[in-house]
Amino acid sequence: MSDARIPAAFLRPGTSSFSDFLAENAPDLLPARRSLPAGSAADIAPHGTTIVAVTFPGGLVMAGDRRATMGNVIAQRDIEKVFPADEYSVVGIAGTAGLAVEMVRLFQVELEHYEKIEGTLLSLDGKANRLSALIRANLGMAMQGLAVVPMFAGYDLQRGVGRIFGYDVTGGRHEEASFFTVGSGSLFARGSLKKLYRDALSSDDAGRVCLQALYDAADDDSATGGPDLTRRIFPVVWVVTADGGQRLSEEAIGALADQVVGARMTRPDGPVAPLPGGDERGEAR
Amino acid sequence: MSTPFYVSPEQLMKDRADFARKGIARGRSLVAVQYADGVLLVTENPSQALHKVSELYDRLAFAAVGRYNEFENLRIAGVRLADMRGYSYDRRDVTGRGLANAYAQTLGTIFSSGGEKPYEVEIFVAEVGERAADDQIYRLTYEGRVADEHGFAVMGGDADTVSSYLSEHYADGASLDVALGVAVAALGHSKDERGQDADRVIPVDDLEVAVLDRTRTQPRKFRRILPAALAGLLGERGPAEHAPEAHASQTPPDDTPGDGSGPEEPPVAPPLA
Repeated sequence: MSDARIPAAFLRPGTSSFSDFLAENAPDLLPARRSLPAGSAADIAPHGTTIVAVTFPGGLVMAGDRRATMGNVIAQRDIEKVFPADEYSVVGIAGTAGLAVEMVRLFQVELEHYEKIEGTLLSLDGKANRLSALIRANLGMAMQGLAVVPMFAGYDLQRGVGRIFGYDVTGGRHEEASFFTVGSGSLFARGSLKKLYRDALSSDDAGRVCLQALYDAADDDSATGGPDLTRRIFPVVWVVTADGGQRLSEEAIGALADQVVGARMTRPDGPVAPLPGGDERGEAR
Repeated sequence: MSTPFYVSPEQLMKDRADFARKGIARGRSLVAVQYADGVLLVTENPSQALHKVSELYDRLAFAAVGRYNEFENLRIAGVRLADMRGYSYDRRDVTGRGLANAYAQTLGTIFSSGGEKPYEVEIFVAEVGERAADDQIYRLTYEGRVADEHGFAVMGGDADTVSSYLSEHYADGASLDVALGVAVAALGHSKDERGQDADRVIPVDDLEVAVLDRTRTQPRKFRRILPAALAGLLGERGPAEHAPEAHASQTPPDDTPGDGSGPEEPPVAPPLA
């Protein structure tokens, strides 16, 4: 922004989309508009790993571990991978950390920009579709090993429920009914969620379920970080309800994580799911 | 080819200024008031959809009077400018001074260029800081002048009358409800032909009110105060009265004798060199 007259493009009525405006007037600022030399860059860029999300009546919880890896090296042990997208939605990222964080920043501005220009919030589906477009624009980089696979979740003000959207690298989106996971530890986390999820969770229990799932992911996936008790580094947990999104405080997560780890001291594989039709000894915690 | 009449530069600028001033005075006044927790922006605006006060960025608000299409363009340009700067640098690098400068340059260039009609707008760019001493209200006029206002500022409509009421009743560091009460009373303040007070109570639904509130925990400090909440903040004020229709025909104080343009007529373009 120079201090001279505002360029004519800024004064022209038209798009309410910030990324469309950038594409026209400052394409070099868009993360997906950079040309890369041929070859794969996958090994030289830190990767973020596991994100889980769970809905409960009246909202949803999204949680992410804190590890970023670069090959066999832990690149960062306190990275944050769950971000607020706006007041009523959150976005979690897996894949190339640097690009993903930039994509989230663009997505945040995109939503805020629309809100300011139009004077109203985008619908939750509208937000999810905008994120699709940003991911699709990144396809070229994804094919060179720099994929970004986010997960988007928010409170739908019209319907009054929490909703979760998953994506693939081509920008295809799909809505998930009750819980979803992405990232390298997602298979293990999903197995865990399948056994722990139930319909009428409280928001506290939904957070507990997320931490259990992340623990299971870290247990079997080397790229997912478990709760770091010595450094007191715990997953980032966001709770979104009709009152907006809120990040759980360090103390609250620390207390939950201590509970989870404490229970694993006596039973390392975690809570036992009930076994219908089996004998009576199998009981949930 | 005919030779155009000679018009002296002084006369040309005066004509353009008169034209812009007349357009601005046709609307209703807008008040910006500093209070304990930030900056309060109040205007009389029966429309709930077409805003005169809106959010620019985390700590910045935009308020305007005059022609809607012109200031809406400037508002959108400001949002784009702020978002682009915040995205390419950092959110803290978007400042009121930067935006006020950009607006001033734009308005100034348009005003003095012969080819364009001057914008009939006046703008406030308000900024809230960490402390009350850091709060800023920038006033931008149609010809690109920037002024740094302290305490309170009024533009549009019968600005002098509103301003005289505020200078009597405004107090530094007031709470939100007190500051709001004074601002709304100032907007309703008027004198009849004999110079007697003829104040009216503006209905809550006709008020557009927003604050930049530094006590908000979110980074975005802008908040609209909706009619339901306004009624509670303002308390009992007596019977309300909508603005008289004739208000729209208010002529600016230092104007040349009537040129025949009626209240509802669109302004006539100024002579071009």
